Amino acid sequence: MSPPTTSPAALELRGITKRFGPVFANDRVDFDLRNGEVHALLGENGAGKSTLMSILYGLYHPDAGEIRIDGERVTIESPSDAIERGIGMVHQHFMLVPVMTVTENIVLGGEPRGRAGLFDVKEGARRVRELSKRYGLAVDPDAAIEDVSVGMQQRVEILKALYRDARILVLDEPTAVLTAQETAELFKVLRSLKEDGVAIVFISHKLTEVLAIADRVTVLRRGRRVDTVPAEGATEESLARLMVGRDVLLRVDKPAASPHEPALEVEDLWVLDDRDLEAVRGPSLTVRRGEIVALAGVDGNGQNELVEAIAGLRGVVSGRIAVAEKEVSGRGVRAATDAGVAHIPEDRHLRGLVLDFTLAENLALREYRRPPLSQHGWLNVRHLAIRARELLREFDVRGGGSATLARSLSGGNQQKVCIAREVASNPNLLIAHQPTRGLDVGAIEFVHRRLVAERDNGRGILLVSLEFDEIRSLADRILVIFEGEIVREFSPDVSEEELGFAMTGGGGRAVA
Amino acid sequence: MTPERDSREPDPELGGLTAEEQDTAGAITPAARLAAYVRGGGIVVPALTALVAFFVGGLVMLLTGNDPVATYEAIWKGTGLQWFLPWTGDRELAALNLQQTLILTTPLILTGLAVAFAFRAGLFNIGGNGQYIMGSIAAVVVASELTGLPAWILIVLAMVAACLAGAVWAGIAGVLKATTGANEVISTIMLNYTALYIGFYLFGVDGPLQNDEDKSLAVSNEIVEAAHLPVFWGDPVLQGLHIGLFVALLAVVVFWLVLNRSTTGYEVRAVGLNPEAARYSGISVGKSYVLVMAVCGVFAGLAGALDVLGWQFKLGTDDIQTAQVGFFGIAVALLGRNTASGTVASAILFGALISGTSQRNLDPTIFEPSLAANLTLIIQGLVVLFVSADVLVLSALRRGRVLLGARRRREAPAEGES
Repeated sequence: MSPPTTSPAALELRGITKRFGPVFANDRVDFDLRNGEVHALLGENGAGKSTLMSILYGLYHPDAGEIRIDGERVTIESPSDAIERGIGMVHQHFMLVPVMTVTENIVLGGEPRGRAGLFDVKEGARRVRELSKRYGLAVDPDAAIEDVSVGMQQRVEILKALYRDARILVLDEPTAVLTAQETAELFKVLRSLKEDGVAIVFISHKLTEVLAIADRVTVLRRGRRVDTVPAEGATEESLARLMVGRDVLLRVDKPAASPHEPALEVEDLWVLDDRDLEAVRGPSLTVRRGEIVALAGVDGNGQNELVEAIAGLRGVVSGRIAVAEKEVSGRGVRAATDAGVAHIPEDRHLRGLVLDFTLAENLALREYRRPPLSQHGWLNVRHLAIRARELLREFDVRGGGSATLARSLSGGNQQKVCIAREVASNPNLLIAHQPTRGLDVGAIEFVHRRLVAERDNGRGILLVSLEFDEIRSLADRILVIFEGEIVREFSPDVSEEELGFAMTGGGGRAVA
Repeated sequence: MTPERDSREPDPELGGLTAEEQDTAGAITPAARLAAYVRGGGIVVPALTALVAFFVGGLVMLLTGNDPVATYEAIWKGTGLQWFLPWTGDRELAALNLQQTLILTTPLILTGLAVAFAFRAGLFNIGGNGQYIMGSIAAVVVASELTGLPAWILIVLAMVAACLAGAVWAGIAGVLKATTGANEVISTIMLNYTALYIGFYLFGVDGPLQNDEDKSLAVSNEIVEAAHLPVFWGDPVLQGLHIGLFVALLAVVVFWLVLNRSTTGYEVRAVGLNPEAARYSGISVGKSYVLVMAVCGVFAGLAGALDVLGWQFKLGTDDIQTAQVGFFGIAVALLGRNTASGTVASAILFGALISGTSQRNLDPTIFEPSLAANLTLIIQGLVVLFVSADVLVLSALRRGRVLLGARRRREAPAEGES
């Protein structure tokens, strides 16, 4: 229970219990929030963070427990109830209308009325400007949502809540979609909101961020509250232990790389993006067997197009891509696969898996045309299952067997299925595109270890990541991509500042 | 706490199937469950759908001043399905009626497959009717013009020509989709009209393929006797049941095998469920679309050939104008959940319905013949409506379960607290 304070807590959840069938999503969870405080809610995927906040926001009804706002017991039946009581929620996936302007999105549902009851656009824009100035939330009121950056969309979501007079702001994994710079900006905004007395729940599983922004941290594990600790004095290790229930290796422990012959050679490659603009502008790079090369860059600097070209998904204008000395540029995915390219795509739901396929079918996606999985165009269903069972065991995939639909697995296990499939094709080059996005600490540890193991198996690994920590701890060499060119090469002991500076185009273009 | 909870606990090392995952899985389920039903060949929801459609059809009869019980009884008798219950009534009449039902079922199976196969690739083939017409035209031309060939060769040639005609016709929509992104719903609808008017032109008065003997009839030449499909049940003169039924059933087996056991079918299903993931694994989505549409056209075109060679023997412009088989195929596929066995079952249902409500069968004192055919259309429409709505039915079921659960919890508040 929370310590007694002079004024009642802005929000108090007591003994919240929520069951889905036999599973307790929340089991007698206590949580309290003071005015002007950032209280982080930390836990692995599936620990019950989102359920707890969905209850607060009226999306679910608790089976037991009570909610108090400013000391008064309330029942929240629906999101509109929650809004009325001053609770604002910024979902992980934004709820914005892409074709409408920033102002229209913010005032939607609470439009200021001018004469004759018509929507007063100017008044709306004025209020938005006022709010945005007050909290340092820079937005362009007249821009359409689809034209503004993800970071600005998130600021719009926050403004939406503030416009409705939210005093309690819930942010669900707000940094998952942001770049490092955008995250820093967000933290500035959160601090100014704090000063204004807004109470903030910050949901995350990123330890560094929690330590940077939170005043207190409540850790959930398997639906139960493990502990609530002040952020001051807590360390990444201590929080990880609370989250996972055991000691976690946060740093990747890896032997020195022993690179040998090249797995991938790219020479003076030019690639167009979907709008026919030059996205990749003549970089050359080599990834050798037995090393992990990280491609670091701010999103949208050509790394996606570069990876797609290597994987055979995108044609090339000019230049050369060779995998294990076989020319593959512009010859399609199958040519790339045959040359030994495997690709863990950045979005496992959209690209990596067919969610309504069984695990056996998903695990065959890369190699279904080769024997023994198929012969003369006919699948060998028995072999599909046998191989699936082997891979599921080897990669420790839990929550289902070969006939389980991929949809029903947790994110971490889905990613393990993707990795298992790609590694099983015995590639020369393994492209790992944001391989740990959205995964929890335990799963990240698994993915990192596996990538190092595959490196030591003599594969070349090309890692594309937006996470500084991941890049620095996993890579043997770091290549910085900026505006479609490789501008710098670093060793992994580079400082975060230096790397960040290079990623934004600073420090000149000196390729080692 | 409760023991069953511990068994659900994920391993601390890595997230297993945890509470929250279960929950999100629950939140997105209508689509997921639909997929699960298709996979599991679920029968409860389609059966319910059909029942509700019949029930509402009964209400329509009541509203129009008819007796639904007597009408449905008459329809039932007209289907000939009581032939399977030998102790009831006139077996000879039942046999005749059942032959009619199965003659109608035969093309429905195939046009159902033509829609189902497209659905499995994420495409909506509304063009079954046009493909059926093109198949009919090809079959009637081959079987009436190529005289002097041995019977079997002629029959096979006519069927192959019909399959090709249907494949080309549907393939147009596939190519348009693959190359320009044109929506296959629109293009197949347009191709239905085009096929219709091609038929009008060819067989209409003064058309190039109009009947050679009687220039006043808007009809094709009759196919040669040798091209008639053998009748294996009933009297060939009285339109007995031809062997086309077996051809259709063979097509069902091919459909199942290709879809579930071939690499092509695997690709098709991957494209249908997640085109982007399919592309990432090296499948050409555009090529798949063309191929899938062509295969759909083969099924629908074959349906046309079986009708022409089985019992129509010639093709008139009024036959072409009134052809509905391709459209019924949509309802057949939807009700059959785009599966092989489901398509057969719902083709029989619709075949029986059409045959049972035909004017030949329905006693005018029970139900006006002019309304009878409309009743079939009403039920067909309701089935399509309800099938498209059964995501709603499913979510209503789920909500019911949640409410039930809530009530149970209220009644037993001690549960879950310790």
